[in-house]
Amino acid sequence: MGGACAARLYLRIMHGVYRGAFVQNPFKNEDAAFRFVLGTIAYFALIVVASLIATWLAFIVFLVLSVAALMMLRGGRALPPPREHVERVAVEDTWRVLVIANETLRGHGLRAEILRMADGVAEDVLVVCPALNSKVRTWTSDEDGAREAAAARLQAALEALQGAGLRVRGEIGDGDPLQALEDALRSFSADAIIISTHPVGASNWLERGVVEAARSRFDVPVTHVVGDSATDDLLADPGHTPPRNRPSL
Amino acid sequence: MSAHAEALHGGDHHGPPAANQSSRIAPTILGMFLFIGTEAMLFGSFFAAYFFVRVVNPDAPSSWPPAPYEFPQFVAGINTAILVTSSFTMHWALQSIKRNNRRGLQAGLVLTILMGTAFLLTQFIEYAHIGFNTGDGAFASVFFGLTGLHGAHVLVGLLLLTFAANRAFRGHYSPEHHHGVELPGIYWHFVDVMWIVVYVTVYLL
Repeated sequence: MGGACAARLYLRIMHGVYRGAFVQNPFKNEDAAFRFVLGTIAYFALIVVASLIATWLAFIVFLVLSVAALMMLRGGRALPPPREHVERVAVEDTWRVLVIANETLRGHGLRAEILRMADGVAEDVLVVCPALNSKVRTWTSDEDGAREAAAARLQAALEALQGAGLRVRGEIGDGDPLQALEDALRSFSADAIIISTHPVGASNWLERGVVEAARSRFDVPVTHVVGDSATDDLLADPGHTPPRNRPSL
Repeated sequence: MSAHAEALHGGDHHGPPAANQSSRIAPTILGMFLFIGTEAMLFGSFFAAYFFVRVVNPDAPSSWPPAPYEFPQFVAGINTAILVTSSFTMHWALQSIKRNNRRGLQAGLVLTILMGTAFLLTQFIEYAHIGFNTGDGAFASVFFGLTGLHGAHVLVGLLLLTFAANRAFRGHYSPEHHHGVELPGIYWHFVDVMWIVVYVTVYLL
């Protein structure tokens, strides 16, 4: 029990450190390190003074100061990440859209949105399917299962979207949707981003504020589509929806 | 090269493109995190040994270190003051170069090196007169291990500061480019923090 709690705490800390968001780094530069020296002096000076009065008082001072120090170090958590500028590559009459979705990848709503927004232009669609995985499996590099599942979802979605007449390709992304978007944007200069999720209350991404975070993080218009997985089967049958008349590329 | 390709690649850019960084954390920050992590574990293992020896000592906590030995609190206190002061001079050196004050940078680094050397010499003298050796018990072993480990870090810090000072006197640093001073400075402050912990836990409490 204790071991499991410690493992969870360790994973949480390491995940936060990896993302650079859990604690402020007291040694991130010389100024911060010097302030940390001063803080350390004050911290131990108060404990020593308290120990000269009474041992129990020193223990209380130690506890209070330790909690205060931890809260101060965690103060950096609220800092938003810097806004990512996406370099636009102007290709005449081509609309480049980056789509990210998971279980709603084959939903009718997503396909309809892509078709609506690409109306009258030649589209270039990149679909990213995050390899969703548990934290424990991620940190133990056990990602094969997650990637296989993502690949299967992606393949099915690509076949369905191509069957609807869309020029589309896909790739498997990081389990973190924001990271997956950032990775994709480094090699794909998107004119727009579409994030497809389940409805409010059923979507983990909405619960985590992924759409709002993407809007503030990327210098690209972000459209949110609520997926309708109930129509998955309809879209999976290309014959159900006739391919549209594609514009010339 | 077409205008479009030139815009993409930059007209006067040479060499490979910037690395694709998938992590949100900058490499320098990640490196510092890893470094601090390894150092914390190293010192942590020595502190664990120290506290274990102290707790299992039959006379603790009323008598520590075991009679008839004593830790030289006063001399170590003076040494602590020297090392803490050296952090101030190190900070002054960095602030000076940020304001394009090269003399201040050089003076700050020299003073820091002198105080660091004084700390090490004082520690050697303390070892010579402390009255016990590593064979006089587990407490003595962990005492020399812990303070010696810190002394080794001070020595490494002095080497780094010497390199930085050498470059400072050659005029290598500027308000925009002083990474070669900043990193030894961070290391020096870390060594200072560790000594404060060692001094308080070993000598005072």
